[in-house]
Amino acid sequence: MKTYTYTEKKDTRSGFGAGLTELGRKNKDVVALCADLTGSLKMNQFEKENPERFFQIGIAEANMMGIAAGLTIGGKIPFTGTFANFSTGRVYDQIRQSIAYSGKNVKICASHAGVTLGEDGATHQILEDIGLMKMLPGMIVINPCDYNQTKAATIAIANHYGPVYLRFGRPAVPVFTPENKIFEIGKAIKLNEGNDVTIAATGHLVWEALEAAKELNSLGISAEVINIHTIKPLDESAILKSVEKTGCLVSAEEHNYYGGLGESIARVLVLNNPVPQEFVATNDTFGESGTPSQLMKKYGLDSDTIIKKVEKVIARK
Amino acid sequence: MSVTQLNNLTTQVRRDILRMVHKVNSGHPGGSLGCTEFLVALYSEILTTNKQFEMDGVNEDLFFLSNGHISPVFYSVLARSGYFPIEELNTFRLLDSRLQGHPTTHEGLPGVRIASGSLGQGMSVAIGAALTKKLNNDIHLVYSLHGDGELQEGQNWEAIMYASANKIDNVICTIDLNGKQIDGPTDDVLNMGNIKSKFEAFDWKVVEIDNGNDLESILKGMKVAKSATGKGVPVCVLLKTIMGNGVDFMMHTHAWHGKAPNDEQLKIALSQNPETLGDY
Repeated sequence: MKTYTYTEKKDTRSGFGAGLTELGRKNKDVVALCADLTGSLKMNQFEKENPERFFQIGIAEANMMGIAAGLTIGGKIPFTGTFANFSTGRVYDQIRQSIAYSGKNVKICASHAGVTLGEDGATHQILEDIGLMKMLPGMIVINPCDYNQTKAATIAIANHYGPVYLRFGRPAVPVFTPENKIFEIGKAIKLNEGNDVTIAATGHLVWEALEAAKELNSLGISAEVINIHTIKPLDESAILKSVEKTGCLVSAEEHNYYGGLGESIARVLVLNNPVPQEFVATNDTFGESGTPSQLMKKYGLDSDTIIKKVEKVIARK
Repeated sequence: MSVTQLNNLTTQVRRDILRMVHKVNSGHPGGSLGCTEFLVALYSEILTTNKQFEMDGVNEDLFFLSNGHISPVFYSVLARSGYFPIEELNTFRLLDSRLQGHPTTHEGLPGVRIASGSLGQGMSVAIGAALTKKLNNDIHLVYSLHGDGELQEGQNWEAIMYASANKIDNVICTIDLNGKQIDGPTDDVLNMGNIKSKFEAFDWKVVEIDNGNDLESILKGMKVAKSATGKGVPVCVLLKTIMGNGVDFMMHTHAWHGKAPNDEQLKIALSQNPETLGDY
């Protein structure tokens, strides 16, 4: 079993900021828009280096989405930046009509997703955004796991023509993705080989899955860990190939059960190879104030919960 | 185009609108008829456009229809301006058509650059396209059309505030002031007060066209609007129109906002607008 270590913890939003800065230097068509959260989204460097290509919209997210759609007409590649809550639910119809249905090349970049936003509480902790975005025809949905992967994903989506939802977060989390690993949209990454169970995780839960696998190994359970950074399009063959071997799966995400990665995987399993599946996700609830680690524990989004769900799913085989 | 040619085109577009909505017994004739002169004038005399339609619209003027429900007039004017064959107007609102109930880019209809129908989104899009024109050093203008009832959507006011703060002076946003919306007069549904004062309070230049169903008034007013661009302020045209214009029983009422004429009503309506350039 491969052991993953890390030398530092960094926030995924800084990975986005670094990726955007690099894009600003390499691709003159890239423009960025922000709704009064430039510092939180780490867009300052892009703004500093490219003032003419940065648009401060103010606290007006609906207008931001519409302006982004318009900016594509004439060849620009707009990246919008605000919190995940204000990037999706608040502007769903603007995204639906002016971006998704209109087929516009807009990159919706969303920070502070999930409960790990922390102390601000449930008004800002969206746990429904993956569902909202994956339901839009043609929308790509990406939830990278660490700083390096978020940076690479930010750079990669500029080369994909069409609307993309890129979801990342606020807390510092272990950096274990190799620095120069190229991000391939829709191609899941097998992090650990295993025979007894597949753990398919996305975003912040990928590290928790690796921690769980380590612990499970000491208990004599061989877990295969797959990083599903792209929720749509889902790498169905990677999932099916893995469960062919392991015979069961646990999905793990910082999102509601309803509408999340787990449901997308369940659909693939039901249609192709209906093995038992357990879900690590929030249980149709809003979040609350607290530290990220307290909230991950309370809402069952940690390695302990993954281990429990693994034991349960193996028993169901 | 001569005045006679413009008048002929206007009458023919009216016939198209009436026949399109009658055929499928659905669609929005009222606002379409009210904006017929404006769109005919815009596409015949005001916009500078390239011969071949391309989504990016580089080095040409752009137009966005925000109040997408008046798609019949938009489709007719686009077809009669050469964007697609007029015969395709036959397919309006039918299965597998590029002429959807509300305009969309999804089916690849030339001339359409954004989907609209859910109201209040077009001004933001126009501003975005105007920003790209500035980045591309493209001196052409971005035009848009909005319903007056549509101004009740809050996103417009985000866009209006943004445009003046950021000196978006290459847009001309026209408001179709017909004073009507689905549930009745705009004053009764949600009285918007003095729209001119509101735009001016947001630091826009406002140009008024008091007879928005008169081609000469439109051309004169839009010339004034165009000359007001490039001066650091966004430009708004308040176009006073009569909903249902050109068909006596459809005028001055909101009843025909989203209702098609029956066979007998179509006959009367068409008799008031005799064929000029040939029906599709």
